Amino acid sequence: MRYLPHTPDDIAAMLRVTGAGDLDDLFSTIPLNCRRKKDLNLPEPLTEWELKAHMNALSEAMAVAPDYQVYMGAGSYEHFIPETVPCLIGRSEFVTAYTPYQPEISQGTLQAIYEYQTLTARLLGMEAANASIYDGASALAEALLMAARITRRKKVALSRLIHPMYRRVVRTYLEPGGHEIVELPYLEDGRTDLSLLDAIDDLAAVAVQSPNFFGCIEDLKTAATRIHGQGGLMIAAFTEPLAYGILKNPGDQGADIACGEGQSLGIPQAFGGPALGMFASRMKYVRSMPGRLVGKTLDREGRKGFVLTLATREQHIRREKATSNICTNNTLCALAAAVYMASLGGTGIHKLAAMNRDKAEYLKKALKEAGFSVCFEAPTFNEFVVKFPAGFEKTYLRLMDQKIVAGLALAPYYPELSEHYLLCVTETKTRQDLDALVKEVSK
Amino acid sequence: MKTSSGTTGLILNEPLLWEKGQKGRCAFSFPEDDVDSSPLDPELASGGPDFPDLGEVDVVRHYTRLSQWNFGVDTGMYPLGSCTMKYNPKINEKMAGLKGLAGAHPLLAGHLSQGALKMMFELEGLLTEITGMDAATLQPAAGAHGELTGMLVIHAYHQSRGSARTKIIVPDTAHGTNPASAALCGYQPVSVASSEQGILSPEAIAAVMDEDTAGIMVTNPNTLGLFEENIRQIAGIVHEKGGQVYCDGANMNAVMGIVSMGAMGVDVLHLNLHKTFSTPHGCGGPGSGPVCVREHLARFLPVPRVIEKNGVYALSEDCPESIGKLHAFYGNFGVMVKAYSYIRTMGADGLKKASQLAVLNANYIKERLKDVFHLPYDRPCMHECVFSDKIQSAGKITTLDMAKRLMDYGFHPPTIYFPLVVHGALMIEPTETESKENIDLFIEALKSIAREAEENPELLRQAPHKPKVTRLDEVAAARKPQLAG
Amino acid sequence: MKEIDDLTIPDLRFAQDHEWAKLEDGGVRVGISDYAQDQLGDVVYVELPQVGETFEQGAVFGAVESVKAVSELYMPVGGRILAVNEKLEKAPELVNADPYGDGWMIVVEPADLRQLDALMNSAQYLAVLKG
Repeated sequence: MRYLPHTPDDIAAMLRVTGAGDLDDLFSTIPLNCRRKKDLNLPEPLTEWELKAHMNALSEAMAVAPDYQVYMGAGSYEHFIPETVPCLIGRSEFVTAYTPYQPEISQGTLQAIYEYQTLTARLLGMEAANASIYDGASALAEALLMAARITRRKKVALSRLIHPMYRRVVRTYLEPGGHEIVELPYLEDGRTDLSLLDAIDDLAAVAVQSPNFFGCIEDLKTAATRIHGQGGLMIAAFTEPLAYGILKNPGDQGADIACGEGQSLGIPQAFGGPALGMFASRMKYVRSMPGRLVGKTLDREGRKGFVLTLATREQHIRREKATSNICTNNTLCALAAAVYMASLGGTGIHKLAAMNRDKAEYLKKALKEAGFSVCFEAPTFNEFVVKFPAGFEKTYLRLMDQKIVAGLALAPYYPELSEHYLLCVTETKTRQDLDALVKEVSK
Repeated sequence: MKTSSGTTGLILNEPLLWEKGQKGRCAFSFPEDDVDSSPLDPELASGGPDFPDLGEVDVVRHYTRLSQWNFGVDTGMYPLGSCTMKYNPKINEKMAGLKGLAGAHPLLAGHLSQGALKMMFELEGLLTEITGMDAATLQPAAGAHGELTGMLVIHAYHQSRGSARTKIIVPDTAHGTNPASAALCGYQPVSVASSEQGILSPEAIAAVMDEDTAGIMVTNPNTLGLFEENIRQIAGIVHEKGGQVYCDGANMNAVMGIVSMGAMGVDVLHLNLHKTFSTPHGCGGPGSGPVCVREHLARFLPVPRVIEKNGVYALSEDCPESIGKLHAFYGNFGVMVKAYSYIRTMGADGLKKASQLAVLNANYIKERLKDVFHLPYDRPCMHECVFSDKIQSAGKITTLDMAKRLMDYGFHPPTIYFPLVVHGALMIEPTETESKENIDLFIEALKSIAREAEENPELLRQAPHKPKVTRLDEVAAARKPQLAG
Repeated sequence: MKEIDDLTIPDLRFAQDHEWAKLEDGGVRVGISDYAQDQLGDVVYVELPQVGETFEQGAVFGAVESVKAVSELYMPVGGRILAVNEKLEKAPELVNADPYGDGWMIVVEPADLRQLDALMNSAQYLAVLKG
């Protein structure tokens, strides 16, 4: 086995030092009743070349661009990823390093995370961002738990237009601890009905996603004003952070915590993971924040350097009283997002976000002109909901045979929205593609 | 000793990202702007974030220089105890990057995603076989996420039996994630001390196990690198009171092909694909923390489950007693691909051999260093061994000083000050992918450091000398946090 | 770390968890001992309660943090919090520099002064430290 360097002579020499007669002897402390009775029953090992062939076959059994045109977003977005991103984060000094517990030989990781924290804070209009959570869903769950700790309250309100999967993850995280979750319905224009907020007492937080699951841009400012009025925190969630290239950021609108999915920022879709839980808050709440933080400091000779800091919040020190149980996070994905944000720059991210919006608007308009109904009138970013005529299911399947995935059917998530589809357009689609899609769905 | 591998080279300084660049630069290749502009309502719009504008060469040099300040497994030996820093095969990275796997949307229809579903289904099967358990979920994104999943499964199991238990037993040698994960579930951790032999005694467990206790979280092999020899008896005590046995499988690398977790009496187990199954740590993640359970708990696993019918794979939500979802989609799929590739490359004999050699390497280090460093538990170890600074601390040299000095010799330091039951612990896990020559050099380096501790202690107190920076002021960083620039 | 003989142990009352307590005009002033601050090392953060909160004797009223450790603070006597040392927010190092003076933590309106009398005196505390 090429990963195991020991020769028979090495093994013999090392066994002599340990005093064991053979390799099995090394396990003498394991009682017989804990041992396997039979050898492992696994497939025969593959050579590197056989593995490639096997995995290629699996890969080819998947529907992906450019063979397929996928108009589905819903928390996972197809964007162009500059080759520099995989190339730079693929450097083995990054890939094969552990958590930077020894700062003197981890300055690369530490500076890169510090920069990621900074870019994230700037993107979201926040003062402090952590080094990442697993994904957007777990980031939201952690944000709600954090708000409950800060306010010492147990009740939270979630917009029904937060990604349905995120709401399910929130339930899994919050219910065993005795937290109560209230869901806010949506209005006819595709935004959250915030009027109910005043009627609910004792809220630790309200969480609103913008752009929301229907792609609509929410009124975060009003949500913030209302929740602050009763002493709770405003949590702004997101699945498409690229939107903040042209939108007002959550911080400017009064959010206390901003969290969500960062996959859009240079991370491959990879069937849903690994992705990137982005997490940021106001500085005054930082000691209640989950996850790792990198801070700037000096070394003994007065040179600038970086260290993991405020670690007393974390599980390895505070154990059951920690702000979270998270240890391993998604740092390499955070690094990808940082390289991506650096590659775009301020000018580039604004331009790319505008392009996403423009292309989505183009398709929206074309579908309207073709007679389809765009149901929600609130402004959108790169996703929107279309109601197709009854029986569209057949067209949808036909298009799939033509290698077009015409959005996501909403009925499984919102039973009241049969025949409604969520469509997503990014910079990866050309005007020609969009024209062809309109033609095909109209057939 | 011979020339050590630690040396200095030309390392370049590099400013912060926003101290570089010029307005108007960009490192992104824009597709054609082929539609009309549809500006947003100015009420909603902003000019975008304040990011620096950089060219492609700016970006590439920046991150290349940063990477050169890092030490990884590909740089040198990384014997970080409890972390299993084994070699991460390059082919596995390539496989995870295959277009169909890296580019797939998670909500694709079943017939458009058979490759991914088949891989996941098979990986669950491989992991249950390797652990001797009955069913698995791949959804947890890391070890602690797996612990939370496991605790929720146990919580749901007790609830299904109409019993609401409030406590969970956690040994004092446990990783901090154990009590933190249990607390998320509303359980109060009850700490139990390990015996003088460094393992749990059945008496200690019997003394605290009662019908208000949901079960026990045990790490086996434990964090002292010792096999919990009384585990079967302990599991019996816990089961008798209706409790469940959770095993933290962080140290599975010691026992593949040798131990059956099912036979040991374990009901729930989490694995760390980023430890045992060679997927890289990526500066701290992403990992993957699958959870394996015995048959009676399978119905509580997270949804969706991957199922197979007549050679067709699908995702099923038809699990009414499931604890729900832990991840927006199915977990860290890309990490699963790497672990799957590893297992398919190693095969049964390869995995067993890996465990045997990991244990051989650790015992060899233990034997060769126990005259130089205090060995608090002098027994055959598994994949890691734990020393203390008791001998050196007499001369006012600490574990931290020795760890820092190891860097100058070209090695990543071991895990230090953990487990907490050993004062000034040095926890060494060499893994199976280090050759005898590397391990001999490591041993020589530590012996040389022990000599320096006596002859020139100041050299250690000022260490490290060769890295880009010396010891950093962590006190100042914590007193006046500067978390963004 | 300091040797026991190097520790300052003034004539105050001490609790098992190394808090000191001193009766003053307005109430009982509380901090941590020289031994406790020395064991902790550089204090980086002190978490204190709000004025007006009430705690039983032995209840946790806050925590003191070094870079890699957290120690909870326990009420040496039960009562209502009359004042907290706000200087510690910006200057936690005062706990190290002057544990019995500027590094004080809270002032308590004691519910029962007999609790104070039952604490150790400096000689008893020294004996405990010497084990």
